[in-house]
Amino acid sequence: MIRIYKALVWLACLFPLAMLLYKFRANDLTANPIEYITHETGDWGLRILLVSLMITPLRRLGFPTLIQYRRLLGLFAFFYICLHFAIWFLLDRGLDLGEMWSDVMKRRFITAGMLGLALMVPLAITSTKGWIRRLGKRWQLLHRAVYVSAVAGVVHYYWLVKSDIRLPALYGGVLLVLFGARLWHRLK
Amino acid sequence: MLIKTASDIRSSEITSKHDYLNRRQLFAAAGGLLLAGPGRAAKIENVKKSPFSTTEGVNSVTDATTYNNFYELGTSKADPARNASRLKVQNWKVKVEGLCNKPTTFDLDMLMKLAPMEERIYRMRCVEAWSIVVPWIGYSLSALLKAVEPNAKAKYVAFESFYDPANMLSSAAGGIEFPYREGLRLDEAMHPLALLTFGMYGETLPNQNGAPVRLITPWKYGFKGIKSINKIRLVEKEPPCTWKMTNPSEYGFYSNVNPQVDHPRWTQATERRLGEFSRRKTLMFNGYGDQVASLYTGLDLRKNY
Repeated sequence: MIRIYKALVWLACLFPLAMLLYKFRANDLTANPIEYITHETGDWGLRILLVSLMITPLRRLGFPTLIQYRRLLGLFAFFYICLHFAIWFLLDRGLDLGEMWSDVMKRRFITAGMLGLALMVPLAITSTKGWIRRLGKRWQLLHRAVYVSAVAGVVHYYWLVKSDIRLPALYGGVLLVLFGARLWHRLK
Repeated sequence: MLIKTASDIRSSEITSKHDYLNRRQLFAAAGGLLLAGPGRAAKIENVKKSPFSTTEGVNSVTDATTYNNFYELGTSKADPARNASRLKVQNWKVKVEGLCNKPTTFDLDMLMKLAPMEERIYRMRCVEAWSIVVPWIGYSLSALLKAVEPNAKAKYVAFESFYDPANMLSSAAGGIEFPYREGLRLDEAMHPLALLTFGMYGETLPNQNGAPVRLITPWKYGFKGIKSINKIRLVEKEPPCTWKMTNPSEYGFYSNVNPQVDHPRWTQATERRLGEFSRRKTLMFNGYGDQVASLYTGLDLRKNY
């Protein structure tokens, strides 16, 4: 049964990518395709990251088996955020490391985004069974960095938008609720 | 002024004598089509070509009508086309008032007949670092301003968009205050490149592009080109402009295209022309420097961005 559910999670997480490929084939990526795929991959990365952060509170609310999907979700979030970064670096900055770095230093929304992504790299690497065993208690400590990544992701989005803050505010609200749930569990 | 030579005009573009003599009926028919419903484009007749047009490749109508910034109709690029019917353009009036001798309220028909229509193929550079080439139809804003005779005290022109809160996005949701406002210095507004625009691609403006009348100032960032205008006021002091009101450190009154002054959050040195893969260099005044640079002699364009 769990294998079927995992397959469903895979399918659900690959759906946004499939949509992008379908729209690419149908020539339906808007008049500014590079901007569109940059925004879509970033958006999905953040959404899946938020879903992965829902696992722990839901687990405590009586769905303990959900823990089996957490790593998968976290890795898919990392996958979309890597795509998001690669599209920007390759297609927008033209693989120019100097220009990329000056953007990271100069523009705070990019600084925040890069910080969020950079912190996810060690988490993705240490997501295997072997690393979990080797790190023992320190694993959990290390993986708390995901909270910083999630905040950085929301701030990155908030600093990017010109004036309509509804979506980044919504994501920020979801994140606050998730933090609140963890705090409540601790204080209880 | 360049004088048009006959070889540039294809016989298919010449209006037949019958249509010419019946042009008022044709205009009335165009008006009727406008009334017929939202987004219903009508052909604009008797359009002259303009020496101000660029010879660069024109973007597709799809590019120009599906990728828009028109926050009253939604803040994502695809929203304005989707929500186009929320803009009601029936019985459109444009009130021109303030420091002038002949304040006038024009209906659309009057306004469209005020001066001969020209097609002007302009580059448009958005502050978000993308650009597009569009064949607009209209006439120089100066023709309208001359008609109302600005008086000696008038130094600026303030524009206001139509806003219908019942059918359009709220200010709170859009994050900018509606009605949308823009402004030009009077000498900028009198510059022949400043186009009072009624159409594009041979037809009246689709709603998502700012029907039925908008401004195009091709040497400035696209947001200066206020859409769906229903108020124009001649004033003495620099009028408040929506984006400057929203975020004065990022958007200035002039908002001339300037590759040397970055938007705080992204570079303005390059841009992506819609339909092109690689970014291209952004030109000072969007390539219209020969015509407009003299408007700004002595002005520090870093401070007055």
